[in-house]
Amino acid sequence: MMHILLSRWRQGHRTLPYPKELPDLPARFQGLPRIEAAKCPEACRLCAEACPVAAIGFGPGGPSLDLGRCVFCPACVEACPEGALAFTGDHRLATNTREALVTTGADRYARAEALGAELKRVLGRSLKLRVVSAGGCNGCEVDVNVLGTLAWDLGRFGIQYVASPRHADGLLVTGPVTRNMELALRKTYDAVPGPKIVIAVGACAIQGGPYCYREEQLGGVGSVLPVDLYIPGCPPHPLTILDGLLRLLGKLNEPQ
Amino acid sequence: MTRRALKIVKNGQPLALAELAPLAVADFRDAILAAVHEGDRLACLCADAQLRLFAVLADDAGKTLRVARTQLDQPRYPALTPACPQAHLFERELAEQYGIVPEGHPWLKPVRYHRPWTGGESQPQPLPGVMDFYRVEGDEVHEVAVGPVHAGVIEPGHFRFQCHGETVFHLEIALGYQHRGVEQALEGGPHPLSLKQAETAAGDTSIAHVWAYCRNLEGLAGVKVSTRADRVRGVALELERAANHVGDLGALSGDVGFLPTASFCGRLRGDWLNLSAEVCGSRLGRNWLRPGGLQHDLDHALAERLLPRLEKAWVETQDALELLWGAASAMIRFEVAGHLTPVQAREIGLVGVPARACGISLDVRHDHPFGPYKDHAVVSVLAESGNVHSRAWVRWRELSESHRYLAAALKDLGHTPCDPKPLPLPGLAADCLCVSLIEGWRGEVLHLAITDGGGRFARYKIVDPSFHNWFGLALALRGEQISDFPLCNKSFNLSYCGHDL
Repeated sequence: MMHILLSRWRQGHRTLPYPKELPDLPARFQGLPRIEAAKCPEACRLCAEACPVAAIGFGPGGPSLDLGRCVFCPACVEACPEGALAFTGDHRLATNTREALVTTGADRYARAEALGAELKRVLGRSLKLRVVSAGGCNGCEVDVNVLGTLAWDLGRFGIQYVASPRHADGLLVTGPVTRNMELALRKTYDAVPGPKIVIAVGACAIQGGPYCYREEQLGGVGSVLPVDLYIPGCPPHPLTILDGLLRLLGKLNEPQ
Repeated sequence: MTRRALKIVKNGQPLALAELAPLAVADFRDAILAAVHEGDRLACLCADAQLRLFAVLADDAGKTLRVARTQLDQPRYPALTPACPQAHLFERELAEQYGIVPEGHPWLKPVRYHRPWTGGESQPQPLPGVMDFYRVEGDEVHEVAVGPVHAGVIEPGHFRFQCHGETVFHLEIALGYQHRGVEQALEGGPHPLSLKQAETAAGDTSIAHVWAYCRNLEGLAGVKVSTRADRVRGVALELERAANHVGDLGALSGDVGFLPTASFCGRLRGDWLNLSAEVCGSRLGRNWLRPGGLQHDLDHALAERLLPRLEKAWVETQDALELLWGAASAMIRFEVAGHLTPVQAREIGLVGVPARACGISLDVRHDHPFGPYKDHAVVSVLAESGNVHSRAWVRWRELSESHRYLAAALKDLGHTPCDPKPLPLPGLAADCLCVSLIEGWRGEVLHLAITDGGGRFARYKIVDPSFHNWFGLALALRGEQISDFPLCNKSFNLSYCGHDL
């Protein structure tokens, strides 16, 4: 017992002070992309050609990047001769709609907003989530799981992962939804009592990620269930996931 | 027929298919059986659409890899499994992927529940988890079915326990829910997405899989990676090992209700992962390696910043784990659960931590050294009891070795200048075979690339250590209490997606 107490004293109190303070993110962290269309040479499509998942499109205002398709590889940034594309350190990537994930960089990125008044009244103070891995590589699962450790201490925000869908207010889904998981995912959703929400975490869960062209998967959770929150990344940083969850519950009061 | 009929290859070195004469089917079988009889391990057995069969045999004690191939003229051959149990899942895979019937296979069931890759269009999509499970009959025998969706943040799989009261007679594991077509996606490659698919073959083992993939490309393109890049890749691999071992030891503590170590390790795992993130921006080491070298180098200033953080993480990890080893109530639970014998381990071709926990000396870094491990050897850690305690103990000692490697590498890397960004690789050699083995944190990660006449992948085979080891978990459960399943399961901590691909 003495040893345990001594260890506890040595290890110290290590829960992050977030959201009062932002934890340090690594210098090479890839967050919200910055796109400077003014730098793009006429008719240059090098970034779009380099992208392995066709996440880059071109409109009248220049290139746009679909964070729902993006697997956060460096191909576009490296392909650009003008340095018009870069990933910034901004971790706040979650959105309410699939369309909002397409960013032109110039626009304000439409970050996720809180649930409607009635859902917020029911779920706002206690959100229980059933996590379903539907073909994920265990990358997103690792960073979803880590929120439960004492460093992040998800419970202090009233959010908890639960063992049964019957105890849950919603699903947090990772993976592209493989054909072999479709039925299990649908059954799990059906077992959650209403009102309920669905959260898609990671590039796979949003659009299929690195497997978006494979017929063994269905192209993300949206193909099977209505999605209330999209959290992009491959995998998303735990801070990006937590940011998304707190936005959905209206617990982050910061100017956008 | 002896194993001398097999062709010797080096880890990561290409071999022209012309130099690998196809054996007659009977000779191919005899050579594999003879090699296994002489102590080799069947590291890989796979087919391709032309009904060619390839086998990779590892002689770990003799530090030699051998390959063989044969050409089937019809989609059937006499199964190896009855004489060589470690072939059982490979042969089930052959049947499922290419409709090749291993005649006499005693347990020919689906592996990943997909239609055959050749000529399967007209067949119905198989339903996952629907097969004839092994059943024990008896008045008081009952069956417990768990999954695919489990009670935690964990990947899906279906488990059937045949129980008598608390005692488990048999556990059968049905996987395939995570099957997303990794091997087929790589065919015809390398494609622009191939690197990302290799990274996500098992997302918690990104570095081992992507390193194996890069080494195959480098071998086939005839490109040599610099000593420095290899050293940095070693840092990536050992950080991955350390983070996962810390996480596993914490989770094992949690499964026996010893919360101090569970809580500390849950947080400490993040400290190890964050060291990787400092170098490449990703906690899981994504975008760190690339064919020909590195995407992100580890410069002097960064190495200097990482070193004190490494030491702090190591000191705190030791503190957390010494509590565990000193807790008699936790130790007794570890010692009585999940026992495997060395004979069982050898018969089923167990690899990695669970094999070393049975006293079997087998570690790719030591036996078939790659990258930095020729010059910077790590000690292969063994335990002998084959139970949960041994598997935990091996992880603990390996952590210490990883820390030793990391501390030395971070000190040395400060003294050499960074490499320039590697150039795109030249084309791959045509009609060649290249096999690359990496010791990931779970065990041996094997990638086998076979190119066609145009230097594209005619077949790309991935064998995650979990593919060998899931059956080990099933055996370890026999005679145990079903309530010890979470503990035994965690002591293996196998990958679902690495198996399902």
